Amino acid sequence: MPFNRLFFVLCLIATLGLVAAGCGDDEESADSSDDSANVSVEDCTADSLETFEEGTLTIATDDPAFPPYFEDNDPTNGEGFESAVAYAIADELGFAEADVTWVVEPFNRSYAPGAKEYDFDVNQISITDKRAEAVDFSSPYYEAKQAVVALKDSPAADAATLANVADADIGVQIGTTSLDAVDTVIQPSADAQVFDTSNDVVSALKNEQVDAVVVDVPTAFFLTAVQVTEAEIVGQFAGPEGDEFGALLEKDSPLTDCVSAAIDSLRESGELAEIEEQWLSEATDAPILE
Amino acid sequence: MDRRAEREAVRRGRARRGAAIAAISTIAVLGGLTALLVTSPGWDEVQQRFFDPEAFSAIFPDVLEAFWLDIRIFMVVEVAVLVLGLIVALARTAKAPALFPLKILAIVYTDVFRGVPTILLIYLIGFGIPALALEGLPTSGIVLGGIALALSYGAYVAEVYRAGLRSIHPGQREAALSVGLTENQALRHVVLPQAVRRVGPPLLNDFIALQKDVALISILGVAGEAFRVAQIEAQSNFNYTPLLAAALLYLCITIPLARFLDWWDAPERARG
Repeated sequence: MPFNRLFFVLCLIATLGLVAAGCGDDEESADSSDDSANVSVEDCTADSLETFEEGTLTIATDDPAFPPYFEDNDPTNGEGFESAVAYAIADELGFAEADVTWVVEPFNRSYAPGAKEYDFDVNQISITDKRAEAVDFSSPYYEAKQAVVALKDSPAADAATLANVADADIGVQIGTTSLDAVDTVIQPSADAQVFDTSNDVVSALKNEQVDAVVVDVPTAFFLTAVQVTEAEIVGQFAGPEGDEFGALLEKDSPLTDCVSAAIDSLRESGELAEIEEQWLSEATDAPILE
Repeated sequence: MDRRAEREAVRRGRARRGAAIAAISTIAVLGGLTALLVTSPGWDEVQQRFFDPEAFSAIFPDVLEAFWLDIRIFMVVEVAVLVLGLIVALARTAKAPALFPLKILAIVYTDVFRGVPTILLIYLIGFGIPALALEGLPTSGIVLGGIALALSYGAYVAEVYRAGLRSIHPGQREAALSVGLTENQALRHVVLPQAVRRVGPPLLNDFIALQKDVALISILGVAGEAFRVAQIEAQSNFNYTPLLAAALLYLCITIPLARFLDWWDAPERARG
C-alpha cells in the first residue's frame, strides 16, 4: 500500500513537471527567413560561407535515393534532377564538384531538433508554413504536380475525373504532400492507406492491396516505366498548397539566404529549367484530371 | 500510557518520518532532473518539437478515436495468441510417440517465430502473402498484421505455457492417473488448471508488450490506426508532439495492466 501511494505521488509530480515544462515560456522566435531577397549570389563565396566543414559543401539526401531525382542510388554522379540541381547550387556558390560531400539523411530525421551534420538536404521535401517553424527552407527549385497511378486493368485506370477516383482504395507515402492532396482534393470515401516508404506504396499497388496510388508526377513516370510496368498514369492534378520542393536547412542556418540566392539565380539564368527539361521532361505529358 | 500504545506511537512516528523522507527525496531528485532538462541549451527547441501544447490538443481527439481500432485489434489478437500458444505448448510437451512430428513442428515454430524480429514478420506476411496472388487469401493490412502479431506472440506465449506445464510436479499427474483419470483427463482437470494459474503474471506481461506492438502494423498502411494517425501529423508538420499523444494512450492501457499484474503477483511472492 505505501508503495502504491509513493507511485501515485511520483506520477503526480512527474505530470505536474511535464505540464509546467510544456506550458512554460512560449517566447516566439522572430522570423528571420524573409530577408533572402537582400542577398545576392555574388555575396556568397566558398571562402566566406560558414559551411559544416570548411571548404566543403556537405549535401544530404535519403538512402535509397530514387529516379528521376537520383540515378543508380548514387547522388555523387550528378545524374538525376536533384543531384544535378545540388551540383548547380554548389557551382553558383563557388564550390568545385570535388568539394561537394554527400551524406545520408533519412526523411524522418531531417526535422529532428538540434544541429544538422550537413549544409542542406535535397529529398523532394515540400515547403509548408508549419514545417518552416522547425527548419529553414530555400527558395523552391521545383513545383511538383500530383499523379494518380492505377493498374491498367483496374476500374480506377479508366477514371476521367477526380470524382471517379474517390471510391477507390488509395495508397500514399507518409510525409509527402500527396497525402494532403488526396485528403483535400480527391476526398476519398475510404481513408487513404498510408505507407512508410515509396517501396511499400509500390508493393501495395502491385499486390492489389490498393486500387490506385497518388505520388508526385516525376515519381509516377519512374513507377510506371520501371517499377510496376502493368500500371499506368491515370492523370495529374495540382495539390492544395502548390507542392514546391525546397532544400532543407537547419533552423536559422547562416546558409539559407545564399542557397536561396543560388536557386533564384539558376532560375533567372534558365539553367534550372534546362536541368528540369533534361531529367523531368516527361512529367508535363500526363493528362490533367479536373 | 501503557507500553502497547507507546509502541504504536513510536511505529506511527517512524512511518511518518519515512513518508516525509521519501517525499522530500522524490521532490529533490525529480526537481533536479526537471531543472537539468529545462536549463539545457536545446530545451526551447526540444519543447517546441516534442511538447507543443497546441499541436497536442489539435491531434489528440483524432488519435483517441483511432486508438479504438488498436484496442479491437489487440483484443482479437490476444485471444488468438492464447489459443495458439496453448496448442503449441501442448504439442511440444506431448509424450505419445505418434505425436513426434507435431512436437518437431512446434519446436521449429517457436524457434523461428521467436527469433525473427516482429517488424520483419509483419513485412513478410503483410506484403508477401498478397504478392502470392492466390485467390481467397486476405489482403487487408489489419488482418495480415494481426496474423503476423499472433504468430509472433504465440511463440512467446507457448514457451510461457510450457514453463507452467513443466513446473507442475509429476506427482500430480501420477496421482490423477492412480485415482482412475485417463491421461487426457489428468491433463485437462489436474495439470493444466494449475499450470495456467501459475503463469498468469508472465502471460499478462506478454500482453502488455503485445498491446503496444499493435502499433507496428501501421507499416502496412492500416488507415485509422492510432500510431499511424500520429505519425502522419508529425511528418506533415515536422513536429513530434502527436507521437506523444499516441504514447500517452498506450500508457493508459499498459500502466493499469502493470499495476494489476503487481497486485496479482503479490500473494505469490509473499508465499514464496
